[in-house]
Amino acid sequence: MKDEPRVLQISPIRNGTVIDHITAGEALNVLKILGITGTTDECLSIATNVVSEKSGRKDVVKISDRELCTEEVDRIALIAPQATINIIRDYLVCEKMGVEIPKVLLGVVRCPNRGCISNTNEPIKSRFEVTKRGLHCLYCDWYLTEDIPGHII
Amino acid sequence: MRQHIISIKEFEKKEIDALLDRAETIDQGNYDPKALEDKILGVLFFEPSTRTRMSFEAAMARLGGASIDMGGVEVSSVVKGETLADTIRVVSGYADAIVLRHPKEGAAQLASEFASVPVLNAGDGAGQHPSQTLIDLYTIRQAMPLEGIDVGLLGDLRYGRTAHSLAYALTQYDVTIHTLAPEGLEMPPNVVEELRERGVEIVVHDEIGEFTRALDVMYVTRIQRERFPDSASYYAVASSYRVTPELLTQAKEQMIVLHPLPRVDEIDSRVDALPHAKYFQQARNGVPIRMALLLEVMG
Repeated sequence: MKDEPRVLQISPIRNGTVIDHITAGEALNVLKILGITGTTDECLSIATNVVSEKSGRKDVVKISDRELCTEEVDRIALIAPQATINIIRDYLVCEKMGVEIPKVLLGVVRCPNRGCISNTNEPIKSRFEVTKRGLHCLYCDWYLTEDIPGHII
Repeated sequence: MRQHIISIKEFEKKEIDALLDRAETIDQGNYDPKALEDKILGVLFFEPSTRTRMSFEAAMARLGGASIDMGGVEVSSVVKGETLADTIRVVSGYADAIVLRHPKEGAAQLASEFASVPVLNAGDGAGQHPSQTLIDLYTIRQAMPLEGIDVGLLGDLRYGRTAHSLAYALTQYDVTIHTLAPEGLEMPPNVVEELRERGVEIVVHDEIGEFTRALDVMYVTRIQRERFPDSASYYAVASSYRVTPELLTQAKEQMIVLHPLPRVDEIDSRVDALPHAKYFQQARNGVPIRMALLLEVMG
């Protein structure tokens, strides 16, 4: 075992985004909230339960030719608060950022209150403030305290 | 001066007290009957209401202004699929302020984001009804100081927006809140938690005699029949918390009974003749309170 060669589990990408340090087991949820399914045409590499010195186990997702926008990063922060985002251009890491749950989530989470105006066809995005008690809907005043990933739009 | 009146939670104690003082002055006849004579109020009621609508229109008329409305929902552009946002943008061009009643929670907040004139929330779903809360506070204040009293909330405390709004407003005062609700219609845990975080003491009761004896103010809300699977289960609950003259023999002499109306069976009509009954005075107070609010946003 001592001379086992080191190999890369996922090959590098030329351009795109590497999402590293995703909470182990959440990689598929990250893809879901990015709208990536079996029918979309992104070139992906996914590694789950990779050994990590920092967190024991982690997931990694690499997406070729796509750079994440702020709203997408906000969504990832809700389910993988330790994740880091690396923007890759011509094989080089051009931007490296941690994710941070913003104070206000705009268009990221659906309000669980069926009577909320944000669940209608009005020209607005859902709006939640992040509080210690959960996500607080700034339209109807409800609190979302459970199954936050299940309410991500 | 406030631009919009959306939620009672936005108001600090000094603002509430100032509005109640203003309503009291108006109630004594000290107001300019031409204060809003060049103003138009857009009255947008997307669900039925008698008292709220009529008292806003009466308040506007008392101040010399005019009201326009969209008629019933069935004859409005809503049936063509128009969004609330578009309706608000259009009516902003016709009126100097908009009073909105809507079945969806958060509708008034949305309206305030699209309106170019002040929006007054006249009740949105099970959410907020700030002008009703000011009426409730004003009616209590006519009978006793708002500090150091025990206020009981009885009835549908789960969906009853008026009970939630009143409870939030009372957190600004040194008040103990008592609750009594049928099983399944208790105040939502997140509301109780928020009230306690705001420093109010909440006592939960399950026996109406003990509840009645503790109170200076009994605030009764209608138990909504549509929440129950059948008539039998509704009547079982509704009759269990009926306020009667016999029950009120246990109450403090100065205790007052309030109800945002309309009532169904929850208060026996024989209570109307007792000095405890203040709910018709409460309804009447809708006019000076709404005059104060209209002056606040348009005066």
